[in-house]
Amino acid sequence: MSAIQPPQQRIWWKTPIDRVEGIWIILAFIWCLVMFFMMPYWHVFGKQNLSNEAYRSTPEMFMKKAEDGIAKYKVREETEQKIPVIHPPAGADVYLVARLWSWYPILELEAGKSYRLHLMSMDWLHGFSLQPENINIQVHPGYEHVLTITPTAAGTYGIVCNEYCGINHHTMSSKLYVVK
Amino acid sequence: MAVNRNFRTCPSTGLLYHEPAEKLMRWNAVAAVVSLLVGGLLALLVTLTRWPTVHLLPADAFYMTLTGHGLNMLVFWIIFFEIAILYFVSTVLLRCRLATPGWAWAGFWLMVAGALVNNYSVFIRGDSSVMFTSYAPMGAHPTFYLGLILFAVGALIGCFVFFGTLVVAKAEKTYNGSVPLVTFGGITAAIIAVFTIATGAIILIPTMLWSMGLVDHIDSLMYRTVWWGFGHSSQQINVSAHVSVWYAIAAIVFGAKPMNEKVSRTAFLLYIFFLQLASAHHLLADPGLTSNWKIFNTSYAMYLAVLASLVHGLTVPGAIEVAQREKGFNKGLFEWLRKAPWGNPAFSAMFISLVGFGFLGGISGVVLGTEQLNLIMHNTFYVPGHFHATVVVGTTLAFMGLTYFLIPTLFRRQLAFPKLAQWQPYLFGLGMSAFSLFMMGAGTLGVPRRHWDMTMAGNLMPWEWPGTAYLMVGLFAISGLVAIIGGGAYLLIVVWSVFLGKKIETPGFAHMTAKQGRAAIPVPVAASLQGQGGGHGHANIGAWGMVAPGTFVLAMVLLVSFILYYFVNWKYLSTVWPLS
Repeated sequence: MSAIQPPQQRIWWKTPIDRVEGIWIILAFIWCLVMFFMMPYWHVFGKQNLSNEAYRSTPEMFMKKAEDGIAKYKVREETEQKIPVIHPPAGADVYLVARLWSWYPILELEAGKSYRLHLMSMDWLHGFSLQPENINIQVHPGYEHVLTITPTAAGTYGIVCNEYCGINHHTMSSKLYVVK
Repeated sequence: MAVNRNFRTCPSTGLLYHEPAEKLMRWNAVAAVVSLLVGGLLALLVTLTRWPTVHLLPADAFYMTLTGHGLNMLVFWIIFFEIAILYFVSTVLLRCRLATPGWAWAGFWLMVAGALVNNYSVFIRGDSSVMFTSYAPMGAHPTFYLGLILFAVGALIGCFVFFGTLVVAKAEKTYNGSVPLVTFGGITAAIIAVFTIATGAIILIPTMLWSMGLVDHIDSLMYRTVWWGFGHSSQQINVSAHVSVWYAIAAIVFGAKPMNEKVSRTAFLLYIFFLQLASAHHLLADPGLTSNWKIFNTSYAMYLAVLASLVHGLTVPGAIEVAQREKGFNKGLFEWLRKAPWGNPAFSAMFISLVGFGFLGGISGVVLGTEQLNLIMHNTFYVPGHFHATVVVGTTLAFMGLTYFLIPTLFRRQLAFPKLAQWQPYLFGLGMSAFSLFMMGAGTLGVPRRHWDMTMAGNLMPWEWPGTAYLMVGLFAISGLVAIIGGGAYLLIVVWSVFLGKKIETPGFAHMTAKQGRAAIPVPVAASLQGQGGGHGHANIGAWGMVAPGTFVLAMVLLVSFILYYFVNWKYLSTVWPLS
């Protein structure tokens, strides 16, 4: 009779489907397939895909690589905490450390050049959120994530932590410079 | 042990209530509403803190409040209510006794204990501000996990009591043929619940042992992968439950019958097969998992579960349209909708829930869960914007609608403040819809979720958000306050009706035995006396050879909005920095 009573017909599975439902199911299914194929399509033809390259690592190993990069590419220090700013050459491996509650070091990249950006956390989960591009990537401890990024326009960008990481989570923000 | 076989018949609806089941439903519903009250007060504090103009709480209190808000709403309010729904769709709709009421009480008290222990950990100990997700290696006090585990065990017992009741109904032949569609939806929810709770145990038990120092290390990616098998799947219980509630309210208010049993049941079956895969869409921005794995899983296996929701989105209003047209509201495309009982809060809540869930929650969820599009939304305010549209506008509002039906029939009380009740779904539903929309707007501009201070005052290197982001957050807060007033109205109406409302006296009230309850042919409920057309005997209604052309037009509006919004996001993605 109604949806809160057993079906009136004992053999309900042989009731033909009404035209409204039939057409809708076909349209909806086609749309589902389009959405499915958009993802592989973008891997082939799109330019924004998250890298599948990641390695197991330890905080000590990752920090050492970050310090090596700072030793090689440091151009200046900023803020009263003297945070190093590095300006690596195009194509270089760039290490960005996420830790409670800072990003280290500050990066200065060139527009139109590509870099291999390595992201890892030293402690808890963090979120790499690049503003105003709004590119957001999860940062894990123990997993070194390697992405190829290509800044498009010069300017001062912000890096905000967008994964809750404890009491001072909101203080975890940094800068990223892109120069011509 | 003697089995209690006492039943009562509700005089206004003709529904049959088993005495112990009735008491359990009431207690579960009351525990749910108490959790909603706690969660609602916390919602007010969270909203007023995220609003930069007010910025009420200090940081530590804010993170604690947000943790408690998530748990009391997403877990305690919803699952207590769902247990009541499971007992309703089994005992009442199958006109049968509840299997093992003793176990059901044990489950209930475990759930109560779990909720108390968890809240103790968050608020009284104050050392467990780890959010609903409690991502390791950030650790909470062991009682945090213990509370959740106790609650989950209680809920699992409730699910098995429900399954047992189905067996009893079958064995005692209390219904003919197949179970009603709404019960079928309840079974879907319970099956997903068992999967969900098992997954929760797999991750929360080791994490509790880790927090006690007995396990050495919890891998952060393993935690997130398994935890979401619990965290997201629990939202799939909600979807199955509230879709059943939509069907139930359509049946109660309009006497609507499913347009096609096969279509609706197959759609529920697709939920069981594919919905859990969606848990993977929380991991789209994580390292260490391949794109192939992400694409297959997050598409719910080629979006077959999305297809199921699109089907329900058509068949629920379609069933209403058919019932209305058969009653004579057959003019044009939308007479059936114009002449719907918009002043009946059960209907208006259900309809706003349906539209809000589809247009706001559904579309945003699929966009958010697309592998590459996730990059420009992950962990921003867009995420809570999306899930407030699904879990609050969708699930909570549907449950509120059902409450208006349950107060007279289950609690036998007259609804208090009927005028306020008429307005309540609009205040809450529209407030919450605007709240979700502005949250998504702020997320599109990058504003992070779970963040105490968007002004970043005092940060060494603050990021300055554009003025539009502040505007979005301001509007979000104001809409949130409207929704909270709507939620407060619901609590006032429900608590007043249940505890102080006028009792509905039943003339000639007497308990009856199960034998009498074992009607061979179920007595139709009063409201469903209309619309008695046969399985497909409604050739003389509708237009274009369709029985529900108005619903078809609405569905096409949804599809076109969906397609446009989906491709707008791809367009936007193509403008951000190339990544590979």
